Amino acid sequence: MSKIVLEHIDKFYGENHVLRDINLTIEDGDFMTLLGPSGCGKTTTLRVISGLEKPQHGTMTIDDKTVIDCEKAFYEEPSKRGLNLVFQSYALWPHMTVYKNVAFGMEIQKKPKLSKGEIEERVMRALKTMRIEEYRDRYPNELSGGQQQRVAIARAIASNPKLLLLDEPLSNLDARLRIDMRAELKRLHKETGTTIIYVTHDQVEALTMSTKIALFKEGEISQIDTPLGLYTNPIDLQAADFIGNPRINFIDGKGFFDGKTLKVTSPVGDFEFEEKKMKRDEECPQNREFDVVIGLRPELVDIHTEKPDEKHVIEAHVYANQPAGSETLITMAVKGVEFLAIQTGIVEYEMDQKVYARLHPSRMNVYNKETGRLIKFAKTKHKAGAEED
Amino acid sequence: MSGKKTKIKYPFSKERLKNQFLNLVTNPYNVIVFFTLLILIALIVIPLVTMIKNTFTAGYTEVFRGMIKRAAAGSDLIKDVKEGEFTLYYWWYLFNKALANEILWTPLWHSLIIGFFTTVISVPLGSLIAWLMVRTDIPGKKVLSALILIPYMIPSWCKALAWLSVFRNDKSGSTGLLTGLGIAVPDWMAYGPFAIILVMCMHYYAFSYIMVSGSLRSINSELEEMGEIQGANKVQILGKITLPLVLPAFLSAAIMTISKSLGTYGVAARLGSYINYHVLATSMKNFLNNSANPKGTGYAMAILMILLASGTIFANQKLIGTRKSYATIGGKGTRSNLIPLGKAKWPLMVFMTVFLFIAMCMPLFVLIMESFQIVPGGGYGKDNLTLYAWIGNMADPKYTGDARFDAFAQNGLFQNSEFGRAALNTVKLSLIASLITAFCGQFFGYITTRGRGKWYGKLTEQLIFIPYLMPGVAFSAIYFAMFSVPRLGGLIPSLYGTFALILLVSIVKHFPFASRSGSSNMLQISQELEEAADINGAGFWTRIGRVVIPLAKNGFLSGLLLTFISIAKELDLIALLMTPENYTLSFLSFDYSKEAMPQVADAICIVIILFILVTNRIAGRLGGDVSKSM
Repeated sequence: MSKIVLEHIDKFYGENHVLRDINLTIEDGDFMTLLGPSGCGKTTTLRVISGLEKPQHGTMTIDDKTVIDCEKAFYEEPSKRGLNLVFQSYALWPHMTVYKNVAFGMEIQKKPKLSKGEIEERVMRALKTMRIEEYRDRYPNELSGGQQQRVAIARAIASNPKLLLLDEPLSNLDARLRIDMRAELKRLHKETGTTIIYVTHDQVEALTMSTKIALFKEGEISQIDTPLGLYTNPIDLQAADFIGNPRINFIDGKGFFDGKTLKVTSPVGDFEFEEKKMKRDEECPQNREFDVVIGLRPELVDIHTEKPDEKHVIEAHVYANQPAGSETLITMAVKGVEFLAIQTGIVEYEMDQKVYARLHPSRMNVYNKETGRLIKFAKTKHKAGAEED
Repeated sequence: MSGKKTKIKYPFSKERLKNQFLNLVTNPYNVIVFFTLLILIALIVIPLVTMIKNTFTAGYTEVFRGMIKRAAAGSDLIKDVKEGEFTLYYWWYLFNKALANEILWTPLWHSLIIGFFTTVISVPLGSLIAWLMVRTDIPGKKVLSALILIPYMIPSWCKALAWLSVFRNDKSGSTGLLTGLGIAVPDWMAYGPFAIILVMCMHYYAFSYIMVSGSLRSINSELEEMGEIQGANKVQILGKITLPLVLPAFLSAAIMTISKSLGTYGVAARLGSYINYHVLATSMKNFLNNSANPKGTGYAMAILMILLASGTIFANQKLIGTRKSYATIGGKGTRSNLIPLGKAKWPLMVFMTVFLFIAMCMPLFVLIMESFQIVPGGGYGKDNLTLYAWIGNMADPKYTGDARFDAFAQNGLFQNSEFGRAALNTVKLSLIASLITAFCGQFFGYITTRGRGKWYGKLTEQLIFIPYLMPGVAFSAIYFAMFSVPRLGGLIPSLYGTFALILLVSIVKHFPFASRSGSSNMLQISQELEEAADINGAGFWTRIGRVVIPLAKNGFLSGLLLTFISIAKELDLIALLMTPENYTLSFLSFDYSKEAMPQVADAICIVIILFILVTNRIAGRLGGDVSKSM
């Protein structure tokens, strides 16, 4: 069991306020990803959790045991926190063999002192888990990047940590290896049941691997949610812009909320949303017109060449067409507004061809332009045949 | 979300205080930083402050001899004070005395002239060589690049001896090669500024070569190729693209050269003394070594030298520090395409060969040949050759019967007890000093790299940098001021004339270099390697022992050897503090060379040069780089 709670963590580098009031709870068995662009504080948060950095404010507990209490200037040593860390650079000791690298922590451990046999057994188990037993006597510079990565992970799991921290572990690998290692890590999480905190700037990694994602922005956590929740309902415009590739379409419009229904008018059509689908804890002016931004995921635009007999269909022109094998990106223009749609497979459209775009208002996000915050949820269920609008 | 701007203040609590204290003292790193700062302050700041204070404090001798009293009678500035009281006497003496021209203004003028011309000649020379070696297809590049820094490894005063053995005329008691051939060599050519400037150029070209070639290597050749595509010819590319990019390195090299040549003692002393040509360094050293002179004034001269030398370096940082490095290395295209020299290829190759011949072969050749001559300048005929300078003994009847040997003032090298003692001293000094320096250097490097951006990292870096700003002679003046009298109420006795003082000054003066080699060494050991060990449960000393030291080993050894060489050939730094029983090989050779028969001095020179070349080769094997020991 291992539950990590961070409360009100603040970290300064000189005048630089790099972590601002970080509150984060990681439940036992979570695969929590800290996601955000570079310089947003996610690695610093990881280093605070590991004990390599000392924050100036806040507390942190692991299984209700205090490891950081800034008010008392108490910081538990990294090695006594029962965790291990995989560095972005792997940080393998170049003068030690793979075996020695993995065994190091156990060899220097004083109590309980482990016997040689015990150490060997544990090292080999870790190497086996990462499928690198045959490299035990090699030096790090005799291994490929992917193999080094596996050694780094083996070293981290050999001590059976309650908590495994991973700092952008896949960023130095090539695209194919990255996909392999993603699967490997997911399997590792399932097999060991260890709580994992994973730092990345790659949203695909975050979305595919995590059970939960904490989205960072300029030293703050802007949203904590499941991957699906984060993808369908990003809390603000910046989050929406960051998550999803190709990126979400933003379409400016006008909103009017009378307390029961939110009416939105925009170049791509007029929509009405009931109050129960709205996020009511956000600022939303009542009984006056205000600026809104519609968030429209490219995959939620259906394109027809013949006008279908359905609601929410608009006439558009193809502005550009980019077939990429498994999918095709289509840029369309309606009344001076451009937006992107995505279709699977190769689809050919002529430039300036007239097409009909079918939109799904229930899956749209609506943001208050002034605050930039989400005011209307999109439906999360994507099941086929479900209620459509 | 909070937007706290200011740091959090906590109420006082015992537990917080206890934890803060424990955090501080249970971390060995903090303890090491503390002691390092303590040592640096004791060895660098306090001696410097003491010397400055000495120039404003009435000393016992000057009060006792009534020198201050007499001065007070003739000047409003000076008051008759007791020992230990504030006085402007020493500075007044320096600027106002009838002597000022002789001890200050003329030498200062000479220093500036030499600094100026040395820079004007050696910087373009070094830069040209750098460009030829890095960016062009000059033939024989492999051989040339292996040899190009050898002239720099020959100590500059050895080159001064070589100069003398070629150009000496009757004035110095024995003649040189040219005079021996019947070619009259005028004084201005043999001695003085002309000779000093040329010898210094043969040495300090290396600064420009090292800096400019480093900068050239970092220039992406695509930048030049782009110019070519745009239609620029070779000269235009060189002038409009390459030169502006290396300009910062070029200027730094110029400043370094000025600063170094302003403070050089050995060359100026050797080549200037016969015609009484003095520069600031020689003037100060002579002034301080004469016990009749007020020491405070000598220290004031040292301060002027330090200001002059460090002022230029600071100016450098102010002027070009901000734009020092262009980001010229891209991810691609770092493979440099060489510029074809075309027809100029062979003339330039000849130029390089001539340079190497003058700077390397000539000095070595004349020194070696002269060491086998009976009469210097007497030609290389069989009847003028002898092994005396190497194995001769004055008492040997073979020599006592021959009048030509009468002028020799000492036994040949291997019959000479002074040589044995000096060799032992040199090895002892170099070995102990380089071991301590290299060891400290690794720690300094550790502190400065790991404390990067923290106040103590910066402070350590700045303190260590101070000795670098000072010419060797001036630096030894500081230690002279500090330790020529008992300190701490007699706890530290007067160290003047002791091996300990020479050792100390050698160690501290080499701190900047050792720490630079230490930090480049430590930079290679990523901090994450240590953090990984930390997380796996390794304490500070386990980390140092099992991660840092095994990885720092080679860098440490090469740093050690380079410091070893540097200390072994050092002359300027220790000249002021020398007493006969502590003579090192360098100083012994320098001392012998003052006499009419320089053959034994030459022989010692050759031994030193051989030793340097061999040690350097070993250091190179270990990954050391002589270009970093500037």
